[in-house]
Amino acid sequence: MTRSEGLRPAFLVALIGVVLVALCLLSIALGARNIPLGQVVRALSGHPPDQLVENVIWSVRVPRTALGLAAGAALGLSGALMQALTRNPLADPGLLGVSAGAAFAIVLSVAVLGFGSLFGYIWFSFAGAFVASVVVFLLGRLGRSGLTPVKLALAGVAVTSLLTSLTSAIVLTNPEALNRYRFWAAGSLADQNGDVVLRILPFLAAGALLALACAPALNSLALGDDVAAALGRRLGLIRLQGVVAITLLTGAAVSVIGPVVFIGLVIPHVARILAQHAGLGPDHRWLLPLSALLAPCLLLAADIVGRVAARPVEIQAGILIAFIGGPFFIALVRRRRLAEL
Amino acid sequence: MTHPAPVQHPSVNGASPTGTPRIPFRTFRLAVPPVSGIVRPRLVLVCLALAVVTFLVFCWGVAVGDFPIGLTGVVRALAGYGDPGTLLVVRELRLPRALVGLLVGVAFGISGALFQTMTRNPLASPDMIGLTEGAGTAVVAGIVLGWDGGLGVQSLGLIGALATALLVYALAWKGGTTGYRIILVGIGVSWICTSATDYLLARGERFQAQAALGWLVGNLNGRDWNHVVPLAAVMAGLVPVALLLGRLMRTLQLGDDVAAGLGTRVQPVRLALLLAGVGLVAFGTAAAGPIAFVALAAPQIAQRLAGTAWPPPIASGLAGALIVLSSDLIARNLISGTELPVGIVTGVIGAPVLLWLLVRANRSGSGG
Repeated sequence: MTRSEGLRPAFLVALIGVVLVALCLLSIALGARNIPLGQVVRALSGHPPDQLVENVIWSVRVPRTALGLAAGAALGLSGALMQALTRNPLADPGLLGVSAGAAFAIVLSVAVLGFGSLFGYIWFSFAGAFVASVVVFLLGRLGRSGLTPVKLALAGVAVTSLLTSLTSAIVLTNPEALNRYRFWAAGSLADQNGDVVLRILPFLAAGALLALACAPALNSLALGDDVAAALGRRLGLIRLQGVVAITLLTGAAVSVIGPVVFIGLVIPHVARILAQHAGLGPDHRWLLPLSALLAPCLLLAADIVGRVAARPVEIQAGILIAFIGGPFFIALVRRRRLAEL
Repeated sequence: MTHPAPVQHPSVNGASPTGTPRIPFRTFRLAVPPVSGIVRPRLVLVCLALAVVTFLVFCWGVAVGDFPIGLTGVVRALAGYGDPGTLLVVRELRLPRALVGLLVGVAFGISGALFQTMTRNPLASPDMIGLTEGAGTAVVAGIVLGWDGGLGVQSLGLIGALATALLVYALAWKGGTTGYRIILVGIGVSWICTSATDYLLARGERFQAQAALGWLVGNLNGRDWNHVVPLAAVMAGLVPVALLLGRLMRTLQLGDDVAAGLGTRVQPVRLALLLAGVGLVAFGTAAAGPIAFVALAAPQIAQRLAGTAWPPPIASGLAGALIVLSSDLIARNLISGTELPVGIVTGVIGAPVLLWLLVRANRSGSGG
């Protein structure tokens, strides 16, 4: 298919952009108390209709929407990066043990240090995610052949299993840790302090820059290690850069909103299909940004549906994502032949 | 892997100059018409050794507890001798628990061997296709929502596991199945089940979440004869089937096309394998919960001990039993006064084993 026949890339990006903006507005408008879209636009442009609306919008809805945008983009980007790096269409950003490390750090901080401030545990979980992925990376490098995708995956599985067992041990003996853990594990954008986005933003930005800088190298890597090396790519360096980017992006996102890594498994597949229709092919310079744009759409949509579907209770976004993404993934498996592992 | 099985290369080791097939080193050909086969002394030795060690750990597990019984006392009580108090403790408390551990370990080990051989993937385990997650969702729903229906946790787990297996097989069916597609669909289904479980955990009361999690980790606490009997009955039927399928299974390892070319009826064999593997895991999970890592690690350990090119089913079952029973022994005695769930210990033990396998594979240059 030539470009002129299908969706033009610019049109595709514009379309996703429009959807994303619409979702942002809806996310700000809908909730326990619905605000008409007109008032939302006025409040955002600095002319709020009344004090209450202004408070709701600026102290609750906007931070929540911003968190959805930032965390969603991070998970989509790191998912695409992880799949490219491991050349495995089933890889998700949690493969490096990031989620398990974050979970373990959360329950450990609650059990050992007592439950401090509402969002103090975010730094613990970020640190846990970081340590876990460093350990996985080092274990994956053991042996003569250096870091290979299969070894990375195996090391991730082993470390995840170990940390999950330890997490269970703590959670079963400490009710307070269990409480914190089970709400975190469901995955939600709700009940976050407004500052949280600003606090994790530097990490996300650094991770995103590193990830996007990888993109041209990932295209060479897709041809196989030997070809990539022959093309002058330094494999070790690319993998290190990728792992650091994934750790920053996933670690920061998961620490705050919970282990919603399924988003990072599904979204890159959507991005690939769309890119194909736009005549772009599997070019990571397009796939990475597309994933970063598409993932927040899914996260925000799930969050909005979760807010309005079962009022007055909220269904956590992480749960809805699995319920939407799971069937989609199965349909994808049935329709297309995913590349072999 | 590290020890290529001689029988897998008949053409290499094939006819000797005299024209009679040469049986390679370390194996013997048994040919007593109408029965013939190949005997591997090392595999037989490994099985015997595993059986002996498993039996010892089994007795030790029965012996240890608040009311200590000597090892000889245990053996005597198992044979029906001893004072009434000892007999009561052994028969009603310790023995059912140890039996559940033994049976579940065997079931998970054999089932893991079936799945790993079928998918040709050392990372494949029955948990991967959503069975245990489905069982977990059903049990947690029962605990949190009170949807018991008078069935009890054990039946709920069984129903959840079997329903999930059926769903995965149906969704992976597209004019036939492939092992790979079953795994992929299983991943999707297990994601859905996991998040349903997470939702129920977050929704339930704290004590309900605690009870549910206690089951989800895999637990042998408070198991009685009601857990032993259904599991033992099903295993008596399924284990022989699984072992008989072993031979057919090995051609599947060569790939679907080659297996079909060699005369294996691929779809029926795969379905039978799935049924056997799923049945073992479903009943095992219903009895003890999804004990982590046994189905993954036991076949790999057995394969390396026996030096075969594929996970040997009997040795895998024995290794599974040994892992579960010794983990339970550790879990009960690690912290005095607290009985940790056995699933925590198997996870902590299993991870280093997997890492060890990983490093070993790297050393021999075959792991990649």
